[in-house]
Amino acid sequence: MIDLHGYGPRLAEGALITIELAVLSLLLAIVLGLLTASAKMSRSWLAHRIGTLYTTVIRGVPDLVLMMLLFFGGQIGINMVTDQLYERFGWDIFINVNEFVAGVITIGLIFGAYMGETFRGAFLAVDSGQIEAGRAYGMNHWLVFRRIRFPQMMRHAIPGLSNNWMVLLKTTALVSVIGLTDMVRVAAEASKATREPFTFMIIVAAIYLLIASVSEWGFARLQKRYDVGYREAD
Amino acid sequence: MEALMTWLEAQLADNSIFTLQTLGYYGEGLVTTVQLVFLSLIIGLVLAVPLAIGRGSRHRWISLPIFLYCYVFRGTPLLVQLYLIYYGVVFVEGIQETWLWVILEKPFVPALIAFTLNTAAYTTEIFRGAIKSTARGEIEAARAYGMSRGLMLRRIVLPSAFRRALPAYGNEVIFMLHASAIASVVTIMDLTGAARFVYARYYAPFDAFLFVAAIYLCLTFAILYLFRYLERRLLAHLKPASG
Amino acid sequence: MKLHKILSLGVFGAALVAGSASAEVRDIRIGVDVPYEPMEYRTPDGELTGFDIDLGNALCAEIGIQCEWVVQGWDGIIPGLQARKYDAIMSSMTINEQRREQVLFSDPYITPPSAWFAPGDVEIGTPSEETLDGLTLGVQRGTLQDNYVTDLYGDVADVNRYATADDMVLDMDSGRLDAVFLDFPIGKSTLLDSEAGDYKVVGKKITEPKEYFGEGFGIAFRQRDKELAEAFNAALATLKENGTYDEIHERYFGAD
Repeated sequence: MIDLHGYGPRLAEGALITIELAVLSLLLAIVLGLLTASAKMSRSWLAHRIGTLYTTVIRGVPDLVLMMLLFFGGQIGINMVTDQLYERFGWDIFINVNEFVAGVITIGLIFGAYMGETFRGAFLAVDSGQIEAGRAYGMNHWLVFRRIRFPQMMRHAIPGLSNNWMVLLKTTALVSVIGLTDMVRVAAEASKATREPFTFMIIVAAIYLLIASVSEWGFARLQKRYDVGYREAD
Repeated sequence: MEALMTWLEAQLADNSIFTLQTLGYYGEGLVTTVQLVFLSLIIGLVLAVPLAIGRGSRHRWISLPIFLYCYVFRGTPLLVQLYLIYYGVVFVEGIQETWLWVILEKPFVPALIAFTLNTAAYTTEIFRGAIKSTARGEIEAARAYGMSRGLMLRRIVLPSAFRRALPAYGNEVIFMLHASAIASVVTIMDLTGAARFVYARYYAPFDAFLFVAAIYLCLTFAILYLFRYLERRLLAHLKPASG
Repeated sequence: MKLHKILSLGVFGAALVAGSASAEVRDIRIGVDVPYEPMEYRTPDGELTGFDIDLGNALCAEIGIQCEWVVQGWDGIIPGLQARKYDAIMSSMTINEQRREQVLFSDPYITPPSAWFAPGDVEIGTPSEETLDGLTLGVQRGTLQDNYVTDLYGDVADVNRYATADDMVLDMDSGRLDAVFLDFPIGKSTLLDSEAGDYKVVGKKITEPKEYFGEGFGIAFRQRDKELAEAFNAALATLKENGTYDEIHERYFGAD
C-alpha cells in the first residue's frame, strides 16, 4: 500500500469537499442558467441585455480572477453594508462569506453563464409545434414549461450539461488558492511537508479521473432516459 | 453631470493605487501572460498535429498511449498538473547539479511545460475530430488520383481539417488565456500576479481585480475578433450560398 | 449550528453599544495565520502554540475572558476581522500607517527585526543594490518585508512573492531562491535551527526605516472596539510588570 504519512483521512475529507462544492455549484449554475436562457429569449429588451452582459463578461474573465474578486471583494462589500447598518441603526449583523460559500457562489455564477448558452440552444431546438399543441390543450405557461419544454429541452441539453460539469469539476481545484481545504490543497500541503509531490498529486489526479468517469457513465444513463421516443437519425 | 465630473476628479487626485509603479507591474504582467499563452499554444499546436494523426492510427501501440495522455491531461485540473511539474522537478535526484536546472529553476519554464502539455492534449482531440469528419468524397477523390497516404494527408485531409477545427481552436485559445491566471500560484508575476500584489499591498480588491478583469476582457475580445476574421476568410466556402 | 455564535456575537455587539465607561468585555475570538514559527505554529498533534498564542492566552486570562483562536490565511486576515469572523488579530502583524487606516492597534507587544537569510553556500555581501543585483529574492506577499524589498530592490532583483512562509522555505530548499527577507525570529526558527539545510544570516538585522518596519507587532481590533483595545493594553502592561511577559519571551527566544 502507498504510504500517505497519515494524510489519508484528510485527503478523503478534501475529496468530499471537492464533491460537495462541485454538486452545489452545479445546482446553482443550473438555476442561473435557466434564468439566463429565459432572459436571453425574453421579448423584454432589458432582460435580454442583462442576460447578454452577464454571459459576455463572465466568459471573458478568468475563473481565478472572478473568484478572488468575489472572495476578497465580496467580504469588503458586505462589510461596507453592515458597517453602515451599525453606524445608522446600531444593528450589529454578522455575515461571513467563508471560503466554501464564496467558492459555490463564484463557480455557480461562472457556470451559470455557460449553462445559459447550453439551455438557450436546447430550448430553441424544441419544436415550436409542440408548444403550440400544449397551449391548444389549454395548458398554462408553467405547465407547458414543465410537461413539454423542459423534458424535451433536456434531451438536447445533456451533452452540453455533461461537458460543463466536467469543466466545472476541474475548476473546483482553484478554491485551494483562496484557502479552502479541498483535496488539491491537502495534497499540496502534504507534498510540501513530506517532500513527495508525486504520490499526492497523482492520487488527486486519479480521484478526479474517477469522478469524471463515474459521471460520464451517469450522464449516458440520463441521456438514454431523455432519449425515450427518439431514434438516432442516420 | 457637474457632480460626476467633480467626483471623477476627486477620485483621480486621491489615487494612491494606480501609480506608475503598479501600472508598471500590470504592464509587465501583460507581457508575461501573453508570452506564456502564446508560447504554450504554438508548441502545443506543433505537438498536437502528429499526435492527432497518431491518435487515429490503426496500431494500438501508437493510438492507445496518445489516448491515455489526452484522457489524463483533459480529465485533471491544470492546477494539479502545474503543482506536479513545479514541485515534482525539484525532487528528481541531483537535478540541481545539471544544466537542466538553469531553465527549471525559474517558475516560467515549469509553467510553460504544464500549459503546453495541457493545451496539446485538448488540441489533439480537436484535430482528431476535424480529421475524422473529413468528407469521404475528398478522400476517395485523392485515392483516385493515386496519391500516397502521406501526400493525401498533407494536401487534402489536414488543410481542410485545420479549417474545420478553427472555431473550436478559438475557444481553446481563450480557455488557455483564462487558465494562465494560475501561473501566479507559483510566483509568476503575470497579470493575475500583478493584481494579487496590488491587492495585498493596498487592501483594495475592487481596484486590483476589476482592473485586471477589464484587461482580460479586452484580450478575450481581441482573440474572438481575430478568429471571427479568420473564419470569415477561411471558411467562406462552407457558408450557405446567399440567394 | 452557528446560530448561537452569531447570537452571542450580536449580544457582544450590543454590550459594546450599551457599555459606556465601565465596558464589560466578553469572550472573544482571535484570528491567526499559521505556521509562522516561533510566533504561531502547530505542534505535530495539531495544537496551536507559539509566542503570540501563549501571550494572547495570558492576556485573556489577565482580563478574565475566554479566547478562542481562529486560523485564517494572511491574504484575508483583515477582511475577516471586519467581517466579525473574529474580534482581534494577533498574528505577528506590524503596526503601520496603511493598516492603521483599516484597524485599531494595541500598543506594540514585541519589536522583532527583519533579516536576510541565504543558503550557506551562497556568497552575498552586505545587502545592497549591487550585491543583490540579478538574484532571486523571496518574500511573503503583502508583508512589510514585501514592501521593503519591492521598493528598494524590485528594479534590480527578481522578487518572488509567496502566500505562506512555508512555500518560500520549500523553494529556497530546492534552490529556486538566492535569499529571503523575513522577520528575524521566524527565519531563525524555520531556517537556522531547522534540519532542512544549511542557512545563514546575511548582513545585519534590519529595523529601519520606520516607514517600512513600523513600531513593532500589535494586536489589531476593529476601529470601534476601543474598550477592547484598552483592556488588552492594560493587561499587557500588567504582564510586563509581573514577569509573565519575560517568562513567555524566554520560552521562545531564549534568555538573551
